[in-house]
Amino acid sequence: MKKRWLCLFVENEIGVLARISGLFSSKSYNLDSLTVGTTEDETISRMTISIYSDDQIFEQIKKQLNRTVEVIKVIDYTDLSIYSREIMFLKIKKCTEADKTGIFRFAQVYNVKVLDFNKTTVLLECVQVENENDKVIKLLSERFDNPFEIIRGGSVAIEAV
Amino acid sequence: MDITGSELFVKALREEQVDILFGYPGGQAIDLFDALYGQRDIKVILPRHEQGLIHAADGYARSTGKVGVCLVTSGPGATNLVTGVATANYDSVPLVCFTGQVTTNLIGNDAFQEVDIVGITRNICKYAVTVRNRQDLGKIIKKAFFIARTGKPGVVVVDLPKDIQSAYGEDTYPQTIDVRGYKPSNTVHDGQIKKAIEALNQARKPLFLIGGGVNIAGAGKEMRQLAELTGMPVVTTIMGKGAIPTSHPLYVGNIGIHAGYAANAAISECDVLFSIGTRFNDRITGKTDTFAKNATLIHIDVDPASISRNIAVDIPIVADAKKAIEILLKKSNRLDCKDWLKQIMAWKEAYPLTMKSKGLTPQRIIEEINQSFQSAVVVTDVGQNQLWATQFLELDENRQLLTSGGLGTMGYGFPAAIGAKLGNPQKNVIVICGDGGMQMNIQEMATAVVHELSVIVCILNNGYLGNVRQWQEMFYHKRYSGTCLRYRKRCESDCSKPGKSCPEYTPDFIKLAESYGACGIRVTQAEEIKAALRAAINNLSAPTVIEFIIDPEENVLPIVPPGSPLSEMIMEY
Ligand SMILES: Cc1ncc(C[n+]2csc(CCOP(=O)(O)OP(=O)(O)O)c2C)c(N)n1
Ligand SMILES: [Mg+2]
Repeated sequence: MKKRWLCLFVENEIGVLARISGLFSSKSYNLDSLTVGTTEDETISRMTISIYSDDQIFEQIKKQLNRTVEVIKVIDYTDLSIYSREIMFLKIKKCTEADKTGIFRFAQVYNVKVLDFNKTTVLLECVQVENENDKVIKLLSERFDNPFEIIRGGSVAIEAV
Repeated sequence: MDITGSELFVKALREEQVDILFGYPGGQAIDLFDALYGQRDIKVILPRHEQGLIHAADGYARSTGKVGVCLVTSGPGATNLVTGVATANYDSVPLVCFTGQVTTNLIGNDAFQEVDIVGITRNICKYAVTVRNRQDLGKIIKKAFFIARTGKPGVVVVDLPKDIQSAYGEDTYPQTIDVRGYKPSNTVHDGQIKKAIEALNQARKPLFLIGGGVNIAGAGKEMRQLAELTGMPVVTTIMGKGAIPTSHPLYVGNIGIHAGYAANAAISECDVLFSIGTRFNDRITGKTDTFAKNATLIHIDVDPASISRNIAVDIPIVADAKKAIEILLKKSNRLDCKDWLKQIMAWKEAYPLTMKSKGLTPQRIIEEINQSFQSAVVVTDVGQNQLWATQFLELDENRQLLTSGGLGTMGYGFPAAIGAKLGNPQKNVIVICGDGGMQMNIQEMATAVVHELSVIVCILNNGYLGNVRQWQEMFYHKRYSGTCLRYRKRCESDCSKPGKSCPEYTPDFIKLAESYGACGIRVTQAEEIKAALRAAINNLSAPTVIEFIIDPEENVLPIVPPGSPLSEMIMEY
């Protein structure tokens, strides 16, 4: 079992996302994250998918995606040199002044941007690879007892030049 | 010149050489039906239920190799197709199903008779699409036929909103189409073929396993030549049965959970298994880790996703069966497998497929069918009737079998036979079905009668949902729960035995047939079989129903218990 990355070029049509996610659910494939957006060609959307699976299931997933009419191309990013980034917002609540100072310092050290704050709440933005975002969450929850709210965008990835 | 969407629809069907359309109208399909009115190129058949309709289109497609075409209205018309979509797609049958839809501005509003049929069928068909712009209509219909009939064939659903049907637009229908996400393989990898031949040349016990893919590719003749050239024995799946004549000396039989001993033993013992056009469904493999465990596996399939999914393959070859076999014919040579053949034939002789009981047995009935028809399309329903048919039917290039193999849909047989007869008016078309399954689409008797289709319906009436009852007998201590079709209100809830005092069967299939204007014959003794079949053959302008009253507790044997290896067959019970 290991983490895999796929890049999909698909028709930009109504229902394509349902088709892809439906394929994963109907075959009981476990999908970690999926992002989708338009490309330089407006008739094509591009997806980045991450999956946690063994070799055999992963081969099957690629084949099933390839035979889907709406899928134009499947690229396996797992062993390619790629850049990937995930956007994540963190809203930290019930902060004291001391908490806020701590969080600002934390932000400087860990490459996290302070987007907004008020008396008791700080909003952070992190754009980095998924693992780094995981790490930020872990460190924050170790150092601060404040309740926080997270939203993660899922990774987008592109091959290195 | 501008024409309506409905007119373009009819033009497209003509260009695709559609000669029969299976249709059931309704509010959102009425324009399409209107455009079909009064013309003669495309015959419109009105079955009595949309499920019967799509099975008929399926039987037509399987028996002719052409694309079956369905046209139904939105909402309930469309949802009634669903079982048939899954049935056909599972067995790789090319169908294009047009469904009426509410106007585009109402989609999503919970309008009257609106359902998201594309969403419902997305995971059970090859491709499903809603036409949203009139200018895309021609292209989408072209794409639908192309996708349905090429590669691994399958079902395409085209949802047609009512405003698209009436909107004016161009009258052109494209001659060709390029679908960038869909490129069926039409080459054969030389290197892989070479590896396959090397493996064969080292084999002492090579075996062909032939699936439905060979029949779909129309490669029966070539397959037979390849078997004869190499001298290799052949086993088949149910869907592959008939790919080479069942009377051929190299043919061993079906494999799987109800196979003969010899075929399953050959799988367990072979050292190279060369399979073509099968997906190694659990019904044929038994316990997968013991399947062909001594063998090097070669697998040809058009669908890459069918390779190494259930059983890991050593030499995969992605190709159309016919193209690959043609190449193999040029490159293969005779193999030395005399001892191996002798061994298999010895198994076959020691453990023949046969029924112990006497009298009016399913075996006897099917053997009489074998003798009575030189050329025929035999369609089965699902259940014991199907399993007996696939055990005892003799098939060759003139005798074809249609059966719902993947989905196992009860109610498939009779309507599929109607479609087969429409596609093959000169051939005898025979249905072998159970008393349960026959009642699932019996309304199609009207369709057969009005079109004067002399389909011969052989009902093997055991008074039970026999296949399930057999499992209850063998694996559930004879707890016949919900399987008795003679049950009446007065019966005990813990019955485990049919007897003389059992209630009368309902319906009376003979009277029912007669009420439709069909002919009905009841057979209770083996001596009457021949005469009944002869009467049916002579009834040229209407269907004949022959009801065979068989032993209620007859079983299908041998059987491999669920989850067991193929070698652990129960031969007698
Ligand atoms: C639509 C559908 N419902 C249920 C089943 C499960 N099933 C498989 S065989 C069978 C019994 C069929 O009974 P019958 O048609 O009388 O045939 P027999 O087995 O007695 O020959 C049933 C209920 C099925 N295959 N298809
Ligand atoms: Mg029955």
